[in-house]
Amino acid sequence: MRAETLLNACVLLALAAVPLWAWVADEPFTITLATRLAILALAGVGLNLALGLGGLVSLGHAVFFGIGGYAMGVLASHAQSYTPLTDWPVLIEGTKSMPVIWLVAMGASGLAALAIGALSLRTSGVYFIMITLAFGQMFYYFAISWPAYGGEDGLSIYVRNGFPGLNTLDPIQFFALCYAILALALWAMARLMRSAFGLALVAARQNAARVEAVGIAPYRLRLVAFVLSGMITGLAGALFADLNRFVSPVMFSWQTSGEIIVFVILGGVARLYGPVVGAAVFVLLEHFLGGLSEFWHIWLGAVLLGVVLFARGGIIGLVVGREVRRD
Amino acid sequence: MSLILFIEQMLNGLQFGVMLFLMAAGLTLIFGVMGLINLAHGSLYMIGAFAAAWVAGLTGSFVLALIAALAAAAAAGALVEVVVIRRLYARDHLDQVLATFALILMFSEGTRWVFGSFPLFLEIPPYLSGPVRLPGGIQYPLYRLAIIVAGLIVAAGLFALIARTRIGIQIRAGEADREMIGALGVNIAALYTVVFALGAALAGLAGALIGAIQSVQVGMGEPVLILAFVVIVIGGIGSIKGALVGALLVGLTDTMGRFLLPVAFAQVMAPAAATAVGSALASMAIYILMALVLIFRPRGLYGVA
Amino acid sequence: MIVRTLAMAGALSLAAVGAQAEIKVGMITTLSGGGAGLGIDVRDGFMLALEQSGRTDVTVVIEDDQQKPDIAVQLSDKMIQSEKVDVMTGIIWSNLAMAVVPGAVAQGKFYLSPNAGPSALAGQGCHPNYFNVAWQNDNLHEAAGAYANDAGYKNSFILAPNYPAGQDALTGYKRFFKGDLAGEIYTQLGQTDYAAEIAQIRASGADSVFFFLPGGMGISFLKQYADSGVGLPVVGPAFSFDQGILQAVGDAALGVVNTSQWSKDIDNPANVAFVASFQEKYGRLPSLYASQGFDTANLLLSALEVAEPSDADAFREALRAADFDSTRGDFAFGANHHPIQDIYVREVIKEGDIYTNKIIGVALKDHVDAYVGECKM
Repeated sequence: MRAETLLNACVLLALAAVPLWAWVADEPFTITLATRLAILALAGVGLNLALGLGGLVSLGHAVFFGIGGYAMGVLASHAQSYTPLTDWPVLIEGTKSMPVIWLVAMGASGLAALAIGALSLRTSGVYFIMITLAFGQMFYYFAISWPAYGGEDGLSIYVRNGFPGLNTLDPIQFFALCYAILALALWAMARLMRSAFGLALVAARQNAARVEAVGIAPYRLRLVAFVLSGMITGLAGALFADLNRFVSPVMFSWQTSGEIIVFVILGGVARLYGPVVGAAVFVLLEHFLGGLSEFWHIWLGAVLLGVVLFARGGIIGLVVGREVRRD
Repeated sequence: MSLILFIEQMLNGLQFGVMLFLMAAGLTLIFGVMGLINLAHGSLYMIGAFAAAWVAGLTGSFVLALIAALAAAAAAGALVEVVVIRRLYARDHLDQVLATFALILMFSEGTRWVFGSFPLFLEIPPYLSGPVRLPGGIQYPLYRLAIIVAGLIVAAGLFALIARTRIGIQIRAGEADREMIGALGVNIAALYTVVFALGAALAGLAGALIGAIQSVQVGMGEPVLILAFVVIVIGGIGSIKGALVGALLVGLTDTMGRFLLPVAFAQVMAPAAATAVGSALASMAIYILMALVLIFRPRGLYGVA
Repeated sequence: MIVRTLAMAGALSLAAVGAQAEIKVGMITTLSGGGAGLGIDVRDGFMLALEQSGRTDVTVVIEDDQQKPDIAVQLSDKMIQSEKVDVMTGIIWSNLAMAVVPGAVAQGKFYLSPNAGPSALAGQGCHPNYFNVAWQNDNLHEAAGAYANDAGYKNSFILAPNYPAGQDALTGYKRFFKGDLAGEIYTQLGQTDYAAEIAQIRASGADSVFFFLPGGMGISFLKQYADSGVGLPVVGPAFSFDQGILQAVGDAALGVVNTSQWSKDIDNPANVAFVASFQEKYGRLPSLYASQGFDTANLLLSALEVAEPSDADAFREALRAADFDSTRGDFAFGANHHPIQDIYVREVIKEGDIYTNKIIGVALKDHVDAYVGECKM
């Protein structure tokens, strides 16, 4: 694993160094791009917990991404127009404070993950993929047709929300914030992978019967993993909305779910830094292939296909060899 | 609400269901025999529609267009199977999802590259256009009746193929035990290619039939694909019978939901609000149906435990 | 995602030397995916006008938003932060406009909308640096309502997709239509089968149908409606009868009445020259969207003759004057920087093998949008 650790350190350093260089060179858009990368990587880290460790192939993680986004959109739009969310039974005001928004985003997406997970985890395999997709579509259509928060037009927030002590409108400061959260999430993930819970989760994926035999219920393990995973992705959604100062139902679409899966697999499933590398490659491909041809989706497809067919450990696996066995 | 309108809507639901069955049958067959989850099935539907529109534009013949759709989709299916899909059978569903997601990107943009960004034209042939009068005074488009009949014939043919023919026996044996039929000397590689091409041809046929009454454009396959997945999950993945039942259930639920829910809400709220709420709920109806089925029968209605 | 066509004003750009400062225009539009046809037309119309002007000091940076709001926002950041553009334009869809425009104008950029005109940006959200060169979203629907009165319709069945633009469409129609409603239906966005809705139209006892179903949805509806034999007269906004998609609808569209602020047979020298030169350059008839892109570029060029964008106040005044030869004939901005213009009634006809539109009347003269009173600037 030493090579992988070295690679991880390099990735983390590069992700910090490039925006710093851009800051010095006055290339603010590069910083924006790096921020987007960090946020998408965070969403991937969330999914990796369910998909990589737990073996739960969720094609509905856009639900949590979108809920996080709308938590930001709803709270900030009420703060922007000085109208309360509700005045009964208790008065709830909107807010422009990032920490509060993050807590709400994680709470709301955690609750949604609890409900969706409790139902979906009764199934497995392809059925699990499809029922999570179905929940995603439900939220998508609901968000499009619900007029209160803009429907398909989405919600624009004119000024980025605030974080105590920082000017979040400054690209480099907002990047630093997202980077810190990503680093924190990666650290927590690393701890979790080595914890009793993480080991039990992996064991439940590899052989559920054996885990049951030692008195652990796989269903509960998976549910906890699914909820945690949803919360992280929800937090990423709130940050993504703040990056764009905009939310829309597109965040709920099944293509979004598909893209988050792409980050995880492209980098390497169940690898700690898989989503970071995957998101980086995806964002760079988008950026540079787009310059080559109007039909760049063809080449993106070809690259994805190549990775699936010929680089089974993802890009990290390609670089450091397939040490983590996938099954 | 009149009885005539109600019956007409039931026919619409039936027609929609039959259409979905053509898509779902191929998906479920491919999953049942090869254990493959194919997101690119919607692209084969699109290829069928584009091939039909192109040939109809050249020759003016709808029959030739249908044949072209079948041939093009089957050929594309066989090609994709040999080049890509074949390498995925031994992989987990995750790899299959990603690889076929990549295929969607390539097919969609490739089609746009060849045919341009504007929708193509495909029309109902004159001998099938216009409404007919059914017993009871119902005016119903002849073409939709033809789709129902064509779909039911294909369904019957598919059941006969699987129950009666040699290849059907191999397909059923393949579903039951993949290694065994290989050991018995069946050419598995060829069987898989044939099954995949058959599923693709059904999707292409659906695309061509529907293309005549809808817009033939890039991206037309994905909404249908998601519905087809809902169908096979409700019916039980791998079961042709489940696909038929699931398709009719989804077709009827969707059509009747769109029709009845706004009416039902209008009993208790203002008309404008009722249409908004009713249609919002109607667009979620089939997903709610699917979630309900899976909660009570986690392997679908006809799935094997 | 970024189609980085650094398109210059024709081949002349190489000779771009001179005392004038370079003017940089950022165009974010939809060039890939299902909605690409609209963005391509706007781009082609815009670039044609630029080429005809012969100006060598205007650079256009064109990027593809893939019809995704988050991509559009990201591109807008790039245009403003890295490319340092002076003027932005290009967005087709209202939801993308809502994502990009408020931020761009707040950062001091000028935005010229060649298509989307959401009500929020015409009313309370109006901004001195935002100009809409196409229409406010409700305009064509209002004109359809006015036409329905003139045609003597008393009982309309109306339908649109269940999303904000669809709700605005029905509201716009009802604002002008004086008759009764036989039915009002919201369909699903992206729906392709309208059998259930057509059955309800048949049973409703309506004497006319109004629909707003942009893109592929409209193609599907018209084909199925024609085949159903219901046969009631249909009215709709021009979006479903645009040059790009009419060929895909075919005979099903013949005779259908639609409302538009532009048509290829508007008889003024600017339009005649535009239609001929567009056809010559691109080998197809121009669409509504192409005319809007063309007008947007000409508006920009007319303002550049008077002032530089760096002198924001003077440039804004020059834009407001709208001193250019529009393909629509008379063109002026209202107090909220949205067009005051005639809206025509067109009928779909067949010219040889090509389906196209011809003007049969005027629905609204010098029409001003409904939100101008809410705009405080």
